[in-house]
Amino acid sequence: MNFVGIAEEEVEEVYQRLETEAKKGGYNLNPDTEFTKNLVRGYMKNEQRYGYPSCPCRLASGKKEEDLDIICPCDYRDPDLAQFGACYCALYVSAAIKSGQQKAVPVPERRPPRTERSKNRALRTVPAAAASGPVLAYPVWRCRVCGYLCARDSPPESCPVCYAKKDRFERFM
Amino acid sequence: MGIEHVNGRKIGKVMLYALSTCGWCNKTKELLRELGIEFDYVYVDLLGDPEREETISAVERFNPKGSFPTLVIGDRKTIVGFQEKEIREALKG
Repeated sequence: MNFVGIAEEEVEEVYQRLETEAKKGGYNLNPDTEFTKNLVRGYMKNEQRYGYPSCPCRLASGKKEEDLDIICPCDYRDPDLAQFGACYCALYVSAAIKSGQQKAVPVPERRPPRTERSKNRALRTVPAAAASGPVLAYPVWRCRVCGYLCARDSPPESCPVCYAKKDRFERFM
Repeated sequence: MGIEHVNGRKIGKVMLYALSTCGWCNKTKELLRELGIEFDYVYVDLLGDPEREETISAVERFNPKGSFPTLVIGDRKTIVGFQEKEIREALKG
């Protein structure tokens, strides 16, 4: 699975960055480095052709607003890690798999099918109800990837826990 | 790049819908090679329209989630994901 234009050193560089970010946030990359580096290559290929690193194991539409939920790390990673010990691709794995106590197995697709996704997107654009709940000095933003919450005028440029970009945040309160 | 053919032991129509970037798709393709059967595969992410859209619709008919890998054996049995045991069982002979 070698892609034209992506050198081994570039893959290594991105792999090292993802590993560092994963460790800082309490996540683990799959210890099968050959498998993992192939996924990193796919991640880089998607970044190259779509302009964002969408999940290597899912088909991106090429329209960012439709693919936001599958930009790696995807919205489904954390629930899949909790339930199966690996994300859909097995790029990210649990501590038990990292240490070799368990083996990564294929994870069923959690992402809803195309027809449901378009409905969900329509729901997501509805602004948070302003009337219910306490009056807040600041809006509260939630990272859709890892659940990190912060109270400030706008979300941070990237999530300090999982490094998801600003556009992955939603208004929580 | 369209549908690719791999020669091997003929057991009927075997079609693998895959992505060129996906680790489990790659493992599935390697397993089919190891089993030595004749099969076709297509990397849906490398298709241009209208083939891409037509192929996605075909995948969704067999697997409503439209996920990859989707392996279709003889237009009747569908195996979604790298289910090694199930694939070996379905293709032994």
